[in-house]
Amino acid sequence: MASVTIDSVRKSYGAHEVLHGIDIAIDEGEFVVLVGPSGCGKSTLLRMLAGLEHISSGRILIGDRVVNDLPPKDRDIAMVFQNYALYPHLTVAENMGFSLKLAGEKRAAIAEKVRPAAEILGLAHLLDRYPRMLSGGQRQRVAMGRAIVRNPQVFLFDEPLSNLDAKLRVSMRAEIKNLHQRLKTTTVYVTHDQIEAMTMADKIVVMHDGIVEQIGAPLELYDHPANLFVAGFIGSPAMTFVPGALDGDGWFRAEDGTRLPLADTGRARAGQKLIYGIRPEAMALGGDIPLTVGVTEPTGAETHVVGTLGGADITGVFRDRVTARPGETLGIRIDGAAAHLFDAEGGARLSG
Amino acid sequence: MTSPDTLTPAAPRPSRWRRLVESRGGLGLLFMLPAAVFLLCFLTYPLGLGVWLGFTDTRIGRTGSFIGLENYQWLADDPVFWLSVFNTMLYTTVASVLKFGLGLWLALLLNRNLRFKNFFRAIILLPWVVPTVLSALAFWWIYDSQFSIISWVLMSLGIIDAPINFLGDPWNARWSVIAANVWRGIPFVAISLLAGLQTIPQSLNEAAAIDGATAWQRFTKVTLPLLTPIIAVVMTFSVLFTFTDFQLIYVLTRGGPVNATHLMATLSFQRAIPGGQLGEGAAIAVAMIPFLLAAILFSFFGLQRRKWQQGND
Repeated sequence: MASVTIDSVRKSYGAHEVLHGIDIAIDEGEFVVLVGPSGCGKSTLLRMLAGLEHISSGRILIGDRVVNDLPPKDRDIAMVFQNYALYPHLTVAENMGFSLKLAGEKRAAIAEKVRPAAEILGLAHLLDRYPRMLSGGQRQRVAMGRAIVRNPQVFLFDEPLSNLDAKLRVSMRAEIKNLHQRLKTTTVYVTHDQIEAMTMADKIVVMHDGIVEQIGAPLELYDHPANLFVAGFIGSPAMTFVPGALDGDGWFRAEDGTRLPLADTGRARAGQKLIYGIRPEAMALGGDIPLTVGVTEPTGAETHVVGTLGGADITGVFRDRVTARPGETLGIRIDGAAAHLFDAEGGARLSG
Repeated sequence: MTSPDTLTPAAPRPSRWRRLVESRGGLGLLFMLPAAVFLLCFLTYPLGLGVWLGFTDTRIGRTGSFIGLENYQWLADDPVFWLSVFNTMLYTTVASVLKFGLGLWLALLLNRNLRFKNFFRAIILLPWVVPTVLSALAFWWIYDSQFSIISWVLMSLGIIDAPINFLGDPWNARWSVIAANVWRGIPFVAISLLAGLQTIPQSLNEAAAIDGATAWQRFTKVTLPLLTPIIAVVMTFSVLFTFTDFQLIYVLTRGGPVNATHLMATLSFQRAIPGGQLGEGAAIAVAMIPFLLAAILFSFFGLQRRKWQQGND
């Protein structure tokens, strides 16, 4: 186990800079998820951590060792790839023991280390199979097994679940989390799926266009997004945004005149162009804020209503069964304490 | 229960042609016919004729009669025939090994992220694209006993003081034709192996690097094993091409000096057409078949799907 420090790291390909100075501190044993839309640089950052990409400037430390110029094999890390990268010509056992074999360990010693790892992952009966004979979930486990066997300082995961079907993804998610709780190895996990980030992380790093937008615990990001990007990225369905301005008496006035409640106006100034953000699940039926229904999507437990509010397209999630037809207007209420206020220019958070 | 008058009148029986076209087997047969005719005319017939001629004493302009294995008995005592067998084996073995080594090396180089990668890949194909006779003529000039550019360069550098007799000395001639064949054969091997290399995901190499493999270990423990199926195909073809080579030798040396570069293919032609002994020439050609079969069997077993290749992706 080791801490990881990423210190103003930059990456450019020729004149094109893709990472513009990243600072992340990861504690020993922490499970950190790098999340962001594709092209945000999260995978590049992970590959730099692994030593597969050169670091253009800045420093990366594993423990208290600067690893900038160390080759991957000397960094004491293990990585699980998106396509699993299992060696097709080796059996499951050989795949898992490959690094030990390269390190010159005896056959018996390798078997001794492979077996418990295989048992943790439920692979013990598959040790003689070749990767092609396995299902996607089993291959995923072998890839994890290969990482565990090495007992590295840091685990790196590069979108490991994105090739699995939805159901398997949910169960593997729990399995990876379980594994982390059991082994307590520092883990850096890259995904574009905010649900994965929310459910697995001790700490989430939201990245966008080569910069870190916000770092924090999952619920911290959910409750106090630092800017419009994080607010829109974390949470599903996404936060609803209504443009407008302050209305003098501490309320928010949407562009079409609809008044929305605010618990505190924070640093917002009168006349400033603002964005009012509200989570879909913070709306409730029975109030006087008009929501014009476009589509209702009943999921059983709750109903998603897609429509317009205050001139903006919004999504609301209601615990009730909504029977309104398209075109009708629902009266809803919003708790002002759950509302977020952002600067329309730059997107910074203004409410407390 | 049904009485005849409630039945709809039977449709007229379709014509024979219609039935043929509409039946699955009939249509298949029809589609197969052109290819079958082509193969029969241009493959089976000449091959059969060649084998038959080998058992006769046919000469040009005279139909021969069946003489059984006499041609082969005669060849068994013919030192020139055995020399051509030796030459063919030497030519095939040395050229194939060199083509494989150099081809694999080139493929590995081209598989990297080089600048002008596509340009180099196109250049590599040139020797393969140029008609053999043309490149053979160029080599003939390069190997000229007086005006050879190689001799000229070496003489200018003061390394030798007389031109090298490339094609006049038996062993010089053997190495010279092998070099020309290697030059011509490398593109096929290199480009095919490059295609094979590109099917190996980059992440396997990266995973191996993280697992602690050195560059050499990544090559021997990951790249090479994954490349073996393709190597088996490519080298089988390469061996077959080399074993049956004719054009290069015919243009460069015509089998000389003193039969030192005669391959079985050139000797067969030499005896059959200029020499007029069709039967004997055919027998030499037929004698190549066991060697070729051995090469094909080798590839058949080499190509069998290995255990790790079975299953889904």
